[in-house]
Amino acid sequence: MCLSVQGRVVEVRDDGKFAVVDFGGVRRDVNVELVSVRLGDNVLVHAGFAIKIISEEDFLSNSKLILELSGG
Amino acid sequence: MVVSGGREVCGKLAGKIREVAGSIERDVRLMEVCGTHTQVVARYGIRSVLPSSVKLVSGPGCPVCVTAQRDIDCVVELALSGVKVATYGDMMRVPGSRMSLGGARAEGACVEVVCSVVDALRMCKDGEDVVFFGVGFETTAPMSAVALSKGLCVYSVHKTMPAAMKMLLSMDRVNIDGFINPGNVSAIIGSSAYKGIDAAQVITGFEAVDVLASVLMLLLQIRKGERKVENEYNRVVSSRGNRAALGVIDEVFEAGDADWRGLGVVPGSGLGIRREFGDCDAKVRFSDVLGDVRKPKSDSGCRCGEVLTGVIEPHECGLFGKKCRPECPRGACMVSGEGACSIAYKCGC
Repeated sequence: MCLSVQGRVVEVRDDGKFAVVDFGGVRRDVNVELVSVRLGDNVLVHAGFAIKIISEEDFLSNSKLILELSGG
Repeated sequence: MVVSGGREVCGKLAGKIREVAGSIERDVRLMEVCGTHTQVVARYGIRSVLPSSVKLVSGPGCPVCVTAQRDIDCVVELALSGVKVATYGDMMRVPGSRMSLGGARAEGACVEVVCSVVDALRMCKDGEDVVFFGVGFETTAPMSAVALSKGLCVYSVHKTMPAAMKMLLSMDRVNIDGFINPGNVSAIIGSSAYKGIDAAQVITGFEAVDVLASVLMLLLQIRKGERKVENEYNRVVSSRGNRAALGVIDEVFEAGDADWRGLGVVPGSGLGIRREFGDCDAKVRFSDVLGDVRKPKSDSGCRCGEVLTGVIEPHECGLFGKKCRPECPRGACMVSGEGACSIAYKCGC
């Protein structure tokens, strides 16, 4: 219940409340009322709801922080 | 996508941790508040690369573990009275005074395990009474709020993390130098929500490299005598959090006192359902059934409360590994996959 999983949005349903998210080959309907997603977004999903869109920039910025801490 | 953090980076971080810890010249106790971090620490053997002066202790961040005995008893009573109950899986095996929810199902009650509250909403189709056992911190509270606003009846034991952290710091026997703050909770509430907590804190992701980076950041703070909130998990956590999720929490819930296993009643740490949603509040709607549920007697020898506050380690409980094991849990910490006792039993640490 506390596990969150990343996936990619492959379809946004017409009502805008659900999207189909691909988790490495497994596709599930996910509620997207808490974030506005677009096709192709990388999302963090928790208990059936997308809670955050994670951009490539966010990853690069986080990687930079960790590399700096490790001293290069 | 994963953050940079192969063996080489982890090794360098571990080296820096040893260097900084060596310059602090005293023991340091860091609490991982979130049960998923406890899992990461055990799974990746994080303790084995830390110097002996840096101690990681588990905190009250497993929502299954901190659910009060009486709340379990109340939902068991609802199920036995004929109400359909939906709950996240781990709650099924937590022992109640009479029986667990799994035990109630074995007696013929309708108790369904769901992975999402959306599945609980689907159970309501025939107009029958369905109660969702709303467990969790700010990470699962918005999902319950969305479902509740659509008419699902909820028994809320949702709790808020910052209030519990403040309470921990005020307890005499709890001795913590810094917090590894939860990642998923923080994705919802944002890093700004922790500002009133007087301790070194780092919001942390769930890879081994995240935890090592956070331990280093905490040690650097402690060495300088700082007590601030830093964000290691900045790929997910922003300062303000998820505004839509916070909005729906605020629409449906209000702060109230909550009973925590291990901490007792923590003022303002619970999310009670607002009066205008009373029809969807199981505690109001089924008050006739729940009124008969007595306050449970104190447990025989179970020391979950002290484990949850980091006062003792799981192996210090007399029941651990003997009368209390994952297949026959006596306390909640041995039930959940995120419970400190269950993790310690399975990982031998």
